[in-house]
Amino acid sequence: MSSSVAVIDYGMGNLHSVAKALEHTGCVDKIFVTHDPAQILAADRVVLPGVGAIRDCMGEILRLGMDQVINEVVLNKPFIGVCVGMQALMSSSEENGGTACLGILPGEVRFFGDNLVDPDSDAALKVPHMGWNQVHQEIDHPLWSGIEQDARFYFVHSYYVSPTDSTYLAGSTRHGVAFAAALAHENIFAAQFHPEKSQHVGLQLYANFLKWDGNG
Amino acid sequence: MALAKRIIPCLDVRDGRVVKGVQFVDIRDAGDPVEIARRYDAEGADEITFLDITASSDDRETMVHVVEQVASQVFIPLTVGGGIRKVEDIRRMLNAGADKVGINTAAVFNPEFVKEAAEKFGSQCIVVAIDAKKVSAEGEKNRWEIFTHGGRKPTGLDAIEWAKKMVDYGAGEILLTSMDRDGTKIGFDLELTRAISDAVHVPVIASGGVGNLDHLVDGVTRGHAEAVLAASIFHFGEYTIQEAKQRMADAGIEVRL
Repeated sequence: MSSSVAVIDYGMGNLHSVAKALEHTGCVDKIFVTHDPAQILAADRVVLPGVGAIRDCMGEILRLGMDQVINEVVLNKPFIGVCVGMQALMSSSEENGGTACLGILPGEVRFFGDNLVDPDSDAALKVPHMGWNQVHQEIDHPLWSGIEQDARFYFVHSYYVSPTDSTYLAGSTRHGVAFAAALAHENIFAAQFHPEKSQHVGLQLYANFLKWDGNG
Repeated sequence: MALAKRIIPCLDVRDGRVVKGVQFVDIRDAGDPVEIARRYDAEGADEITFLDITASSDDRETMVHVVEQVASQVFIPLTVGGGIRKVEDIRRMLNAGADKVGINTAAVFNPEFVKEAAEKFGSQCIVVAIDAKKVSAEGEKNRWEIFTHGGRKPTGLDAIEWAKKMVDYGAGEILLTSMDRDGTKIGFDLELTRAISDAVHVPVIASGGVGNLDHLVDGVTRGHAEAVLAASIFHFGEYTIQEAKQRMADAGIEVRL
């Protein structure tokens, strides 16, 4: 039986990078980059990517009616939100003067701040948090399979996710503050880092996702 | 646990081939960009930057194909600079698989372009490239000015003020090249690097002048750069990226090994 994955195309972001990385894993037969509800609902798995500002992302998600589609697929399909695609799943974001998000996972998206310092050394830290940082796996999860504890993934973001319920925390990272690098809840996984830009560890995570049945 | 300092090999690409000019004049052929990018990826490069030094817009299509080919095989961040003047140029490069674009001359002539680009595509993909040259005399307080056209044309813009302005306009990162040092192999202009790094809250990539691995270490420890960029020391096989990272790790710098 052939497998399929839909990458939700709402005009924001690195869709081609995501699609190319999924393809490169060799773990999926069909990849659809689409905002056609029927195609997304028919796919075995769904990816919500995203880069840029949350207000624009949420604006396009709502304009294209993707909120309804996302609300439906998160009920049962293996689903991953990446970067702003993770942030969009939360309750709300501080970005753009406060933006309501999809509210699928409880928690807020917060700004690192322009004067971020390392509390241990008092050294100034740069924002955006850009580059390779370690992700501490907080739980055993099928998506961490074959990935070393504290492996480095590629991040680029100025806002971070702070979940209300710490039982959702799948991976954590520090940049001045500790934040959620990954969340997991039932068939939903979300990553602040970019697996498609995290070389072999990122490809491993996508391969794991493409084999995942959606059970934590 | 902390963010790693990055090592970024830079590939100057002309007509689909990687070349490296010494102070922008003597150009030597160094090979196929896809092959070289794959090698750097395998050696552990944290990102790869392509600088398109093609003269005509027809040949820009060649660069788009290079990016497409690299992006389908190399899964680390890719930046493309050179000839980015319009929103459409950015869109093409991002669609081809680039993660960031470097804006240089166009920012100087039209700063609003940086604002427009950051609003449209997000600051995370807008790198403003700054070419600076020391203009203060011996004994005077250090002052650097922005130059365009490969270091030939002065603009009257103060480098530190310019960097701050570009960050205000939405630059997510600054690629800082010392035109005094570029191609000299005597090391980064550390005073310039530190002055800019300390003046802005976004990451600064140090560039221009790397001749050995200690220069890379200095760029981070003394120049306060978040990332270091080099070309010829890697192209001609003098050092591997892995050796560079090991040297940085030995100096106590956090790197991705």
